[in-house]
Amino acid sequence: MMQESTLDYARHALLAPGGVTESDLDKVFAQLLTRDTTLADLYFQSARYESWGLEEGIIKNGSYRIEQGVGVRTVCGEQTGFAYSDEITTSALLESARAARAISRSGETGAVQAWQAQAASRYLYGMDDPLASLSEQDKIDLLKRIDSQARAASPYVQQVMANLVAVHETILIVDEQGRMTADVRPLVRCNVSVIVERNGQTESAMSGGGGRLDLGYFLQDERADFYAQEAVRQALVNLEAEAAPAGNMKVVLGSGWPGVLLHEAIGHGLEGDFNRKGTSAFSGRIGEQVAAKGITVVDDGTLEQRRGSLTVDDEGTETQCTTLIEDGVLKGYMMDRQNAALTNTQSTGNGRRQSYAHLPMPRMTNTYMEAGNYDPEEIIASVDKGVYAVNFSGGQVDITSGKFVFSASEAYMIEDGKLTHPIKNATLIGNGPDVLTKVSMVGNDPELDGGIGVCGKEGQSVPVGVGQPTLRVDGLTVGGTSAG
Amino acid sequence: MIELDNRNALSAEFTELAEFILQTAQAKGASSAEVGLDKGTGLSVEVRMGAVDKLQYHRDQGASITVYFGHKSGNASSSDLSRRSLEDAVEAACRIARYTSEDEFNGLAAAELMAQDIPDLDLYHPWDLNAEQAIELALQAENTARDYDARIVNSDGASVDSYAGLGVYANSHGFSGVISNTHHSLSCAVVGKENDSMQRDYWYTLSCMPDGLEQAHHIGQRAAERTVRRLHGRSMSTREVPVLYVPELARGLVGHLVSALSGSAQYRKASFLLDAVGQPVFPDYVQLREEPHLPRTLGSRAYDAEGVATKARDVIRDGQVQGYFLGSYSARKLGLATTANAGGCSNLLLQDSGLDFDAMLQALGTGVLVTELIGSGINMITGDYSRGAAGFWVENGEIQYPLEEITVAGNLKDMFMGIRAIGNDIDQRGRVQTGSILIDRMTVAGE
Repeated sequence: MMQESTLDYARHALLAPGGVTESDLDKVFAQLLTRDTTLADLYFQSARYESWGLEEGIIKNGSYRIEQGVGVRTVCGEQTGFAYSDEITTSALLESARAARAISRSGETGAVQAWQAQAASRYLYGMDDPLASLSEQDKIDLLKRIDSQARAASPYVQQVMANLVAVHETILIVDEQGRMTADVRPLVRCNVSVIVERNGQTESAMSGGGGRLDLGYFLQDERADFYAQEAVRQALVNLEAEAAPAGNMKVVLGSGWPGVLLHEAIGHGLEGDFNRKGTSAFSGRIGEQVAAKGITVVDDGTLEQRRGSLTVDDEGTETQCTTLIEDGVLKGYMMDRQNAALTNTQSTGNGRRQSYAHLPMPRMTNTYMEAGNYDPEEIIASVDKGVYAVNFSGGQVDITSGKFVFSASEAYMIEDGKLTHPIKNATLIGNGPDVLTKVSMVGNDPELDGGIGVCGKEGQSVPVGVGQPTLRVDGLTVGGTSAG
Repeated sequence: MIELDNRNALSAEFTELAEFILQTAQAKGASSAEVGLDKGTGLSVEVRMGAVDKLQYHRDQGASITVYFGHKSGNASSSDLSRRSLEDAVEAACRIARYTSEDEFNGLAAAELMAQDIPDLDLYHPWDLNAEQAIELALQAENTARDYDARIVNSDGASVDSYAGLGVYANSHGFSGVISNTHHSLSCAVVGKENDSMQRDYWYTLSCMPDGLEQAHHIGQRAAERTVRRLHGRSMSTREVPVLYVPELARGLVGHLVSALSGSAQYRKASFLLDAVGQPVFPDYVQLREEPHLPRTLGSRAYDAEGVATKARDVIRDGQVQGYFLGSYSARKLGLATTANAGGCSNLLLQDSGLDFDAMLQALGTGVLVTELIGSGINMITGDYSRGAAGFWVENGEIQYPLEEITVAGNLKDMFMGIRAIGNDIDQRGRVQTGSILIDRMTVAGE
């Protein structure tokens, strides 16, 4: 039932306005396909974004954006031709197809056999428009509530900035096999950042969350209040922070968002394009021990309503839970269709793109580590001297050398098994291929992040999720200023 | 040729469309409005391991509309430039403005500040280049890199990009301006391997004029040199040492200054350089100029994102801050005049202290030459700075061995005040033009 309606809805929204019919698609593929075509697809997309921003207690800005278009791609082995248009008409499609096929040297043309509607076996989120899920007044009231909650949380709060964003996206993918796949994707996000000042000293922090849901999510379980209070709590902690230590030491990472470690240290290195090209520090290492025994890491696009989840990826492949590391052994890479074809494997449903104007490539969805046996308190208590980092502002990796960083935004010193004082923001650096071999304890408290992650790769941004239990890593370089 | 078809007609069409949007907004009751319309076309080719990897044609367009009802505003944008869609966008902006708050500082920049005589900055130089020629150039760069050294065993590819765009900005003061520009680039990234060590590095050239690009083989050679010299990098013991930033990274330090002096950071009190005008932030020999009218230069512009005429000015004179980077909103918030920086800074030129790169290495003496930074790790409120890095260990001005898996940390206030020299090895590829920068002392953490 629902499958039919998703595809019908997408065709109606994307093809009908420009009068594009199946026989027009036949003509486009006749233009696009040649004898040496490995794969080809049309990616129709329409997206509506709405964003509201509060600052200084007032609604300072609101914006609405509508974007639509179609990306036309043809792949011949390693070679890709691509063109796109923000007009969805047969003539624009034919023009883009002519440009994209220039990649092929073959003069012959091909054809799609028959068009087949593809239905997903399960749907991970609803089709309803999240922009319309709250009235404008309720959206405004939500932001004002965050402002008053943050200010009520501490007299030191000077500034509160809160943003509420809702996106509704409809996509339709038509490929060389004649498959037509659609997806309708909601995405909401709420961010709060605060600035606190006490005795002339200023600090800031941010919090937030979201997912593939409607805006009502923020009203449930006092979530928006929690974001406000959490941002204030972190900022106040940072006011107490002393200089961070410098040097290599034991680091305990908190559960949830610190899973950005996995995203940077191993996730990117296990994307299929780098491994097909042999440019990743993980290339050719399937079957090798790359993590301590007992460690299992997966990339799971199938979690309901999560920010990184997709019913189908941007190539129409149903997402899955892909085991990357099992009991410490490297099991597999994340693949899109092109890289799977070139390495004689299957797509793992990780073909993602920022928009119709960008090419798909292997990207993560929700990447997390499964639970271990230790209580988090036990893990902290086991460290004589080290750092306990519970919040991060982001990270980056050099795929080829394997070196990765992530920057702590809330962290504490551990001395004699106890948390002593908070430390200033510091960047941690390590080596991806061996950092997980240094994990000596894995907590029994697995958690996913709150839903605000954005991953950038080759200039394209996509929403992602991360997660992990509390971990003890025996040796990361902490980039503080205090040599003590 | 990557060029906008019939640019004069497009300019006239966009100017008329902008007028239509402003009238539509007025008809819907807006007291004022502003609009930006953009269109661009581009070609991007990428080769890898001697063969074409990607051939991409870009064609982008969009409109962004802001309406004001007194001091309340709403914004909407659309990639569909049909009149019907633009009317919808104006309606959406008006709908939003009904819900935003009254903000006395909100509105267009003052009418008398609008650029009057718009100088031609000569920024439009389309490249007479087809896909085959672009592929040929990219191959030249990659082949040079791959042939440079036996340790270059793999490639991340070489690419050639060319882009031409046109933008119209108009507002209800009656201001309407058209800017056309082009930019072109060539880049190359290769992978080197020896025993267990594998490294990737790259180099690129960027200009608004095809003639301004460096030769393809030069880019390939630099990419290869940079890759090979990183092989067998190691960490180092944690210590405090002087640090030399290469020009392409020194640019980032100036970028942090710009962020700290931005109007929004100032009025939010979210900057480590609050109320900095008139204060010494650098040693007294440091001079930073903003030069928006340099012809044929990527960061040049006659007016800012609000139509305000730009002019050259000192940002730092004798080490002291002369002004912030303000648009009209933050200017009104601070009780100052806009500096025509709505949308960001134009060209920023940091005066060098007359030393070439070798002399800068001599001045560094013994310490760390930083050639790559990764991660963010900067707290703009406190100035605390901590980033992942790679580079070289230098002793007595001589490069000893490559470093990796280290961090460099300090506080930007101390780092700015601790600048010991600025090289004349100026990197001209970005809006911020600076040579290498030597900082007297930072904490470098490693194994």
